[in-house]
Formats: sequence, structure tokens, C-alpha cells
Amino acid sequence: MKARVHVMLKDGVLDPQGEAVRHALGHLGFSGVEGVRQGKVIELDLAATDKTAAEAEVKVMCEKLLANTVIEKYTVEIA
Amino acid sequence: MKAAVITFPGSNCDRDLYDAFAKSGAEVVRVWHKETAIPEGTDVVGVPGGFSFGDYLRCGAIASRSPIGEAVVDFARRGGHVIGICNGFQVLTEMGLLPGALMRNAGLKFVCRQQRLTVATSTSPFTEGYARGAEITFPIAHHDGNYVIDAEGLKRLEGEDRVAFRYVDNPNGSAADIAGVLSENRRVLGLMPHPERVVEPAQGGTDGAALFRALTGLLAKA
Repeated sequence: MKARVHVMLKDGVLDPQGEAVRHALGHLGFSGVEGVRQGKVIELDLAATDKTAAEAEVKVMCEKLLANTVIEKYTVEIA
Repeated sequence: MKAAVITFPGSNCDRDLYDAFAKSGAEVVRVWHKETAIPEGTDVVGVPGGFSFGDYLRCGAIASRSPIGEAVVDFARRGGHVIGICNGFQVLTEMGLLPGALMRNAGLKFVCRQQRLTVATSTSPFTEGYARGAEITFPIAHHDGNYVIDAEGLKRLEGEDRVAFRYVDNPNGSAADIAGVLSENRRVLGLMPHPERVVEPAQGGTDGAALFRALTGLLAKA
């Protein structure tokens, strides 16, 4: 079973890297980009077979390590 | 007074921190990250600067969950003194021992320079050797020193006099020019600037010596 975790900065937390990417896109002539937020995707291969249990476990992983919930939010997809 | 300095893979200020403690009169032991306990009789734990675990995932994230990381958290929760410098500050926020987080510098550049600071409080074991409001210079060298905290958390820090140091000319976008913060019990300090790099004239300055002298003096009496 695979899990995919998306980690993004919370709304309202300024993302300096996203801003730099937005400026770079502007320099390349993409004038319509009003905002860029940069996050990360973490893919996990799990031995688990129960989808609900796997999702619950990955959420605990997010809280404990994969995301810093002071500044980041996350979503979990199980496939 | 016994200080324990932790070394993670990628730490690079651990020897400097060792020397700064030793010069102030402390007995210093070095602790490898795979150890699971803080040595018996330790009065203060030092979490050094560097790039622990290559800054993978987030700066300080992996170190904060390592076996010795958990021991540091227990030590602090039992009322032990802990100082985290630069990457050590990032580690302490990731451990939840200090509020807020350290993000990429607002200017996106690695900043390495002599940095003027003001001492925001002298009411702590780390800062009692300085006058409140005194201007001092510590070096900084970091890419992720932009201190972020929500409005409520900031209000609490200010209200409880828990900002230890502020930047005179903010180099990284930190909220309220914050360069270092204290825990609620004032026994845990995290700061981005490097006091251990200015403890003797050969290093180009001695403004950091008072921090280690105060800490060692106080804990030796205890």
C-alpha cells in the first residue's frame, strides 16, 4: 500500500521560497502568476493492508515528524 | 558545573561550544547522538550549531527525534538547563521546548557576518551577565534563521519577558527582530547568533564570554 503526504505551509505563513519562484516566473514573462506556495510531497511504501488503519498511522507520522504543525499543514492520500 | 555537548552527524560547532564551556570553568563531556541518556550529574546541555542530518526534511527535525533528542527533552522537562545555538535553536523548536519555528531567511540568502544585538532581558541564567538593553556583537551564519511565531505566541513571549536577544538590524526577517528566546521556566535558551565564537580575543571578540561565565557561575553555586 502506498501513502502520499502533502506538506504545505499554513495559510498566512509567508513563504519566501514561493515568492522567489513567483518573481522568477515573472522574469520569464509569466505575468499572470499572483501567488506561489512551495511544499513537499513524501511517498511512503507501507506493509499495511488496512486502509483506515494505514491512514491513521500516517497521520501520527505527520504529527510526530513529517510536518512541523507550528507552521505546516498536511494531507494524506492512501492508494 | 558539568556541561554536556551533543554531537549529531553534521554538527560543526560542537568543539567551539565545548571550548566555550571549558574556558568558563565548566567540566565538559561530549555526547554522541546515538547515546540514549544525558550523563549523570549534568547541569546544562548544549545543542550546537551545524547542519544536523544534512538539514534533511526540515532543519533540526531529524535530530530532535533522535535517541539523544528524546533524552534532551526529558532533561529539560525535569527542569534542566539547555542552550541551543543556531542549528541547536532549530532543534529545540522542533522538540517543542521553545515556541515558534525557524524558516528560510526572508532574503533567501545564507547570511554570515558580525551581528549587532541588544540584550532584551537580563533575567535569565544565560543573560544575567549583561545589562538589559546592552548592545553586543555575536557572529551569525545561517540560512534558516527567520523566526516565525503566531501573534498570540508573540504576545505571550513579550508579556513574559522571554525574548533574550534582538537583532539591531534584522538580517533574516525574524518576527519582532527576535534573535533568541527563553522557555517558560527560563532554563532553556535558543538563539541563532553564536556566543561560543566570541569568548576570547583571538576569535575577534569576547562578547559571548559573559553568557558562559554567568551560566557556569550560577550552576556551580546550585
